[in-house]
Amino acid sequence: MVSSAEKKLIVIQLSGGNDALNTVIPYNDGNYYDNRPQVHIDPNKALKLDGELAMNPSMGAIKRLWDEGKVAIVNGIGYPDPNRSHFRSMDIWHTAEPTKVLTEGWIGKTIRELDPKGDNVLGGINFGRGLPRAMSCPGVPVASVGNLDTYGLFPSVSEAKDRNDILNVFSQMYGGKEGRDAVSEFLSQTGEDAMIGADVLREAPEKYSSSVEYASNPLANSLKDAARVMFANVGTRFFYTQHGSFDTHGGELPVHSKLWNDVSSSIGDFMDDVREHGHADSTAILIFSEFGRRIKDNGSGTDHGSGGVAFLIGDSVKGGMYGRYPSLKESDQLNGDMHANNDFRSLYTNILEDWFQVDSVPIVNGTFEKFEIFE
Amino acid sequence: MVTVGNVTEGRSLMAHLIRRTGFGATQSELDRLEKLDYNKVVDQLLNPTESNHLSDDLVFRYHTEVHEQRGGPWSAKQWLYRMVTTETPIVEKMALFWHGIFATGYAKTNQARALSVQIDMFRRFGLGKFDVLLEELSKDPAMIIWLDNQDNHSGAINENFGREILELFSMGIGNYTEEDIKECSRAFTGWTLKNAEYMSVRAMKDSIWPYGRISWHYEYRDEDHDHGEKTFLGETGNFNGSDIVSIISKQRATATFISRHLYDFFVADEVPVPQWPYTPPRDPEAIETLADAYMSNGHDLTEVLRVLLKSDFFKDSCYERIKCPAEYVAGCLRVSNSIIKPTMLMNEAVNVMEYMGQTLLNPPSVEGWHEGTEWINSGSIVERVNFAYEVWRNSGSLEVKDITARLSVSGDLRPEEAVQSCLKFMGPLELTEDSARNAIVDHVSKKGPIKFGDCTGEMMADAEERVAEILALIAASKEYQRA
Repeated sequence: MVSSAEKKLIVIQLSGGNDALNTVIPYNDGNYYDNRPQVHIDPNKALKLDGELAMNPSMGAIKRLWDEGKVAIVNGIGYPDPNRSHFRSMDIWHTAEPTKVLTEGWIGKTIRELDPKGDNVLGGINFGRGLPRAMSCPGVPVASVGNLDTYGLFPSVSEAKDRNDILNVFSQMYGGKEGRDAVSEFLSQTGEDAMIGADVLREAPEKYSSSVEYASNPLANSLKDAARVMFANVGTRFFYTQHGSFDTHGGELPVHSKLWNDVSSSIGDFMDDVREHGHADSTAILIFSEFGRRIKDNGSGTDHGSGGVAFLIGDSVKGGMYGRYPSLKESDQLNGDMHANNDFRSLYTNILEDWFQVDSVPIVNGTFEKFEIFE
Repeated sequence: MVTVGNVTEGRSLMAHLIRRTGFGATQSELDRLEKLDYNKVVDQLLNPTESNHLSDDLVFRYHTEVHEQRGGPWSAKQWLYRMVTTETPIVEKMALFWHGIFATGYAKTNQARALSVQIDMFRRFGLGKFDVLLEELSKDPAMIIWLDNQDNHSGAINENFGREILELFSMGIGNYTEEDIKECSRAFTGWTLKNAEYMSVRAMKDSIWPYGRISWHYEYRDEDHDHGEKTFLGETGNFNGSDIVSIISKQRATATFISRHLYDFFVADEVPVPQWPYTPPRDPEAIETLADAYMSNGHDLTEVLRVLLKSDFFKDSCYERIKCPAEYVAGCLRVSNSIIKPTMLMNEAVNVMEYMGQTLLNPPSVEGWHEGTEWINSGSIVERVNFAYEVWRNSGSLEVKDITARLSVSGDLRPEEAVQSCLKFMGPLELTEDSARNAIVDHVSKKGPIKFGDCTGEMMADAEERVAEILALIAASKEYQRA
């Protein structure tokens, strides 16, 4: 039994709006082929999950995990009154609030809940650059790692000795305990946090060894970085990364297939790695996208729609289908889109309450019926 | 020319003035300015005429994505070029000021062209009479979509704009009633976008195809305007939007609210805006002075700024603000004189600004950015330090060459002399702790004194390298995070 303090979540954001219909495919539904004369998946190649649904043929590794019962698929996920702007819809997922515009992210708020004093400067790490809104919350230290091997201050200084010298100067410049005012002290504290975080992270690659050879794509690189940090046991609870662009308005089939091949193969490798290192029971992977795409294709791709699919993957996950697959019948559509019937905040609530054991209400801004996806 | 190691008070004050009204000054700009009378310089600044800058069509030639106005980040690049190369930086600074208050974002408008047009409107009206600016804002197409005024109809009001124009754009919470919001919204019915439905559908699709971003235009539809009598802030009449703007603009609450914003942006960081109703200003007297200037000069913002920039509270406010990412990034590039023509460096600069927490043309919400210390977290500080270090570490930049030439005048320099002089060139900055300066000096000392030889060839190139490193280390300091 894994204690809740060890549990970690990997979040993989599919940026651009993943076409849910060509991800988990209703391969026996005539409406699918009627609406997608050009942009559909050959039913003979799709990876069958049951009598009605199949995965995209490029999701081989995820299908293998599905067969092991480690993949939960949440169908028809979204929120009321869908917004088809990438940015706004992404913000809604990040802040767990579809009507008001909020600035604090759900993960940032969770980290504050788990570590109120901010003792661990590495409670959440984004692999990529910048800070996703989901992790942003005043006073919550977070790190953003573009490339673990060069992460930190002064990456442009290539000689290790020179860099150490300069870091030494930096630590003197920010080390002063008696600032001339509160702002100066705050800058010192933040600079020190950043240095401590960078120092800890720098050791992670040295400690790492694994028999797993990761696929070669940006997401695989990020997940390998996440694995290296995870196995160094520095107390990180949230590992965030994104892949894309899934904004397949044109030429969808080859692009979408390549993207899912990237996602699937990197997740397969990552799962092999966490299993090899004994972290499999304490690791869950969440995959989401800001929205799905329209039911009808536009001749070569699909436009922004609503209603999507999310995945929760891990050895502590009860695999299977969650939520009803939205009907494609014209009368059941929402302005030509799939009608979402599962609120994403129900999924967050499940993760917060049952995985991290924190009160979800202030984080998702309300009470939502939760899924029961974890063992 | 000023002698190294002896920065005059005038030079230091000019540097402060240009940091606040622009993005910082180079040494040769300061040479020119310090000979002039401070009040005259302020008057000149407030009368910006020649806005020479790297022309947009030259930028477009290198950045086709900017030309197509594909999205917010690309138009932000165009603005950053302007900030870095303009000869009237105060115009861009005012545009940035209003962008932070009238915060309109790509997230909802999906229209980079309309956002650029709005920034241009701030350039034209940002230093004028507040009434005019507020009316232009109410007619601004990006603002109309941002706050849903196209859905504000006679008999079926949408209060979004009517509320925010009072709460966020003029008086601040606590100075009006819910009833005033409704009456204000009624007065702005019919203020809409030409062909609004089609335009918002197109924006919703977030596509530049097939004809690129379409220009948006304001339209007043008299038949959709509520012509009934309205009572607003105690006055009754058959008010239209312009009447509401006049009533708002003459309120003392508006004078105070805008003054506090000006103080926050040009003088010293205030607490975040949502706390203003509960926390008194840092300097209540200063706010009163500015509000008086607003009331007695016909709401002319240039006159308010004139009072502000000539005041003692302004002159005494050195380094009382955390630089926002736009000031920080534009400042590094501008003062180091790194951008002569369009360059790929700008792509990185715009991205880095976003990593630091400020995506120009896409503020997180209508409340704009939370500023001051909220710019600083353990992620953003890494980005700030790395960016500034890299820009200043480039010994090829014109300002590094100029500073090295200035240093060479007094012959070879001991490390402590070189560091001391560079601190003066970079601000002048004083590091809070002696240990910080000593750390830089110790580091520089490892390679001995800085030698200039006959100021040519390899010897000089080596000196430029050494000076660039000192400047870069100073740029990495916590003091450099402040303006």
